[in-house]
Amino acid sequence: MNPEILNAAGNDWTFELLDDFDSEISALADEFELDTYPNQIEVIRSDQMLDAYSSVGMPIGYNHWSFGKKFTQVEESYQRGQMGLAYEIVINSNPCIAYLMEENTLTMQALVIAHACYGHNSFFKGNYLFRTWTDASSIIDYLVFARAYIAKCEDQHGVDAVEETLDACHALMNHGVDRYRRPYPISAAEEERRQSEREAYIQRNLNDLWRTLPQSNRAKVAEAKRFPHEPQENLLYFIEKNAPLLENWQRELVRIVRKLAQYFYPQRQTQVMNEGWATFWHYTLLNELYDRGKVNDGFMLEFLQSHSGVLAQPDFDSPFFSGINPYALGFAMFRDIRRICEDPTDEDRSWFPDIAGSDWRTTLREAMQNYKDESFIQQFLSPRVMRDMKLFGIVDDDQDQYIEVAAIHDDSGYRDLRSLLASQYNLGDREPNIQVVNASLDGDRSLTLRHEQHNRRPMQEDSADEVLKHLYRLWGFPVRLQSSTGEQVTRQFSCPPQPEEAEDDLQVSGSIVLP
Amino acid sequence: MSYILDRRLNSKNKSAVNRARFLKRYRGHIEEAVREAVTKRSITDMDRGEEISIPTRDISEPVFSHGNGGRRSVVHPGNKEFVAGDRIKRPSGGGSGGGGGQASKDGEGLDDFVFQLSRKEFLDFMFADLELPNMIKEHLKGDASQRYVHAGYSNDGVPSKLAVVRSLRAAKARRLALCSGPRRKLREAKEALAQAEEDDDEVNSRRLQMEVDTLRRRIDRVPFIDTIDLRYNLHIKEPVPTSQAVMFCLMDVSGSMDQHIKELAKRYFLLLYLFLEKNYERTDIVFIRHHTTAKEVDEQEFFYSRETGGTVVSSALTLAADIVDQRYPVNEWNIYMAQASDGDNWGDDSPKCRALLEERLLPLVQYFTYVEITRRDHQALWQEYEKVGEKHAEIFAQQQIRGAEDIYPVFRELFKKKVAA
Repeated sequence: MNPEILNAAGNDWTFELLDDFDSEISALADEFELDTYPNQIEVIRSDQMLDAYSSVGMPIGYNHWSFGKKFTQVEESYQRGQMGLAYEIVINSNPCIAYLMEENTLTMQALVIAHACYGHNSFFKGNYLFRTWTDASSIIDYLVFARAYIAKCEDQHGVDAVEETLDACHALMNHGVDRYRRPYPISAAEEERRQSEREAYIQRNLNDLWRTLPQSNRAKVAEAKRFPHEPQENLLYFIEKNAPLLENWQRELVRIVRKLAQYFYPQRQTQVMNEGWATFWHYTLLNELYDRGKVNDGFMLEFLQSHSGVLAQPDFDSPFFSGINPYALGFAMFRDIRRICEDPTDEDRSWFPDIAGSDWRTTLREAMQNYKDESFIQQFLSPRVMRDMKLFGIVDDDQDQYIEVAAIHDDSGYRDLRSLLASQYNLGDREPNIQVVNASLDGDRSLTLRHEQHNRRPMQEDSADEVLKHLYRLWGFPVRLQSSTGEQVTRQFSCPPQPEEAEDDLQVSGSIVLP
Repeated sequence: MSYILDRRLNSKNKSAVNRARFLKRYRGHIEEAVREAVTKRSITDMDRGEEISIPTRDISEPVFSHGNGGRRSVVHPGNKEFVAGDRIKRPSGGGSGGGGGQASKDGEGLDDFVFQLSRKEFLDFMFADLELPNMIKEHLKGDASQRYVHAGYSNDGVPSKLAVVRSLRAAKARRLALCSGPRRKLREAKEALAQAEEDDDEVNSRRLQMEVDTLRRRIDRVPFIDTIDLRYNLHIKEPVPTSQAVMFCLMDVSGSMDQHIKELAKRYFLLLYLFLEKNYERTDIVFIRHHTTAKEVDEQEFFYSRETGGTVVSSALTLAADIVDQRYPVNEWNIYMAQASDGDNWGDDSPKCRALLEERLLPLVQYFTYVEITRRDHQALWQEYEKVGEKHAEIFAQQQIRGAEDIYPVFRELFKKKVAA
């Protein structure tokens, strides 16, 4: 591209200019060895952006009132001027779809292209969570299927029945993900091979004497009674496979919601990294464009202004404070890793002997590929960043009279602070740990869930009752949630509500009247 | 590799369905807000959207989450004076109120969920479950809008209207008609040729070979598609029936009707107008006011000019009937009449009104409503009208309005959906 084009251009974008910028940034991204899906850049109006907001950015979604609520909410605050719209939305799909708003200036479009189409895009393609849990090439097709299927169910069973099931699934959505891979079902040939292997093994080690050993019957009976054998943390999966009364179409709805929850699960765990990575790259790419004389000073000034707006991190006592800004933290960390690689201090050498002085591109790429927020912070948060952001950690224990400052950005505090911050991004700590422990299939068919309290943190009671109602709707028989510290159950929720004393008899009373 | 697409022309309102479902779900809340708004609003103001607020707790989508309590640790940026081991007093106002500077994470904020209903949505809720009694007459008028409808196929047309399937069908038929004879002959000739070759009959086989070739050529010459095969979609204009309504507002402006009562009457008329406008494509209004004599006036004069004098209701009824006869043919117009009065009438005029109604007016109208705006006891007019109402319950209704808060309920009462008898 002729460098004068960009320098001479006003600030209004045209499709030709977008194309020029894209090919220019794309060439740079190649130089930096960013591996991306092909891009599909779509220019949309602001009202279409509102639509995209309410459907979590997905281009197609099934119909549900909660999306309407979200839409109404966003539309309202947008029209009142309480919030601006994001400049872009990007979807983890192959090709990677990015929405650009028509209202953006040329500079903003360039920033967005660098940020979304090369930053986020390469993150989606590279990060291990996305590689493990999402299939970028099929998500759009799946959404099309889901939408059509749900519309068909609405025709056949009525909007209300479908809505009721979806409401219940949405309530359990956060607990509808696999955190660890389930083994794939093995093929028949593989099964046969293993079978014969086992037989051969038994043949080799056959000793008839073992058969005569007396066996304890009791243990066996208790074992058989327990279902599921091991606690299940994916509530929606358990419901889909085991709920006694669900119709087939309802199971399919559960499955659809579960699949979508799984699809979004990596995004919830990599917010800091994802935004930090994208921000780092738009900063690096556009600065490189400037260094090579492709864009002028006016362009850079406008870019830096929005860039620093995005990175603003108000202090904890500021009226604008609303938690740690993931863009700011992520960007600071990636920049810092590059600094440690290129220009390490003695402190960096002792803290990060492995990466100090290494090739920054490789180190950065490996960091991006192999971590999630929690482990990324635990691994790479340097004393320098903690000092720059003036981080401090407080502990609020309801057994103490005071809130205590646990650690600050000083020599004795760095490690504690880093662990505290890392655990703050651990989804397992942030959300209650709830598992299915027992479904009494040959008794009253009641379902028992167990909440393991983390640091004695209790359940939010109102919402727990509400969610149990939804769970009850799916399961069809009484549902109980036991909140426990260690072995001791401290609080029990049930639906339909049980009088406290009767809880012990629950196992024997066979008939529960369904409301 | 990038593709840049312009999606700006894609359909808008993708979220309309979801929004409609959301409104449906919170119908109860919204209806209440609309009812309140209707009674509170000033008259000129009825015709716009409304701000609705719903308590957040009624609208939340529950998920399992942590409550207050236990041991929580948080990292914040921007330390200024703290060192490790500092103890900070809990903010007063509830021991479990959370740590210093922490925003409420539990969604217990009590702000209501506030949003705007559009004008159309507002009117939909305002007139929900109401219906216009009696059939709506649809009328075909010359100046009404026209639409194109499909009307079969034609042999002529522009290329953009080519009916591909029909054209190919015609081509197929033509090919069948032109080829089936030669094909049969070809088959016979081929058989004969094979026979001749088997018999080594050189002469015959040469002749037959030529015949086969001729037939083949003849079949090949039939074109796959020809201009005479082409068929085109035919569209013709058709007038769209429009439904139209005229609303007669009859009001007593004698001395006893003060400005306040007129205000109430105006609100009632306005509601009726909005309702008709929603149901009909075209709505006319005729204002008739009366004291001892009746007169057709414009809106300004109807509501705001002051008159005094006695009251003869029948004068207005007669005038209304005359106007219908002159201007609004019954077979074309849906006629609604709304009468408002404080109930005063000249002593022996009321029986005359009943006769007028039963004989002249009721056969003409879709619906006749009478509201009496008074706090006093009913007088002769109400009693006479009651008799009318007993006989013609489907097209005549009357109600009493005591104050502004009655108007909307009375309106709903007059137009509520009748359960099929």
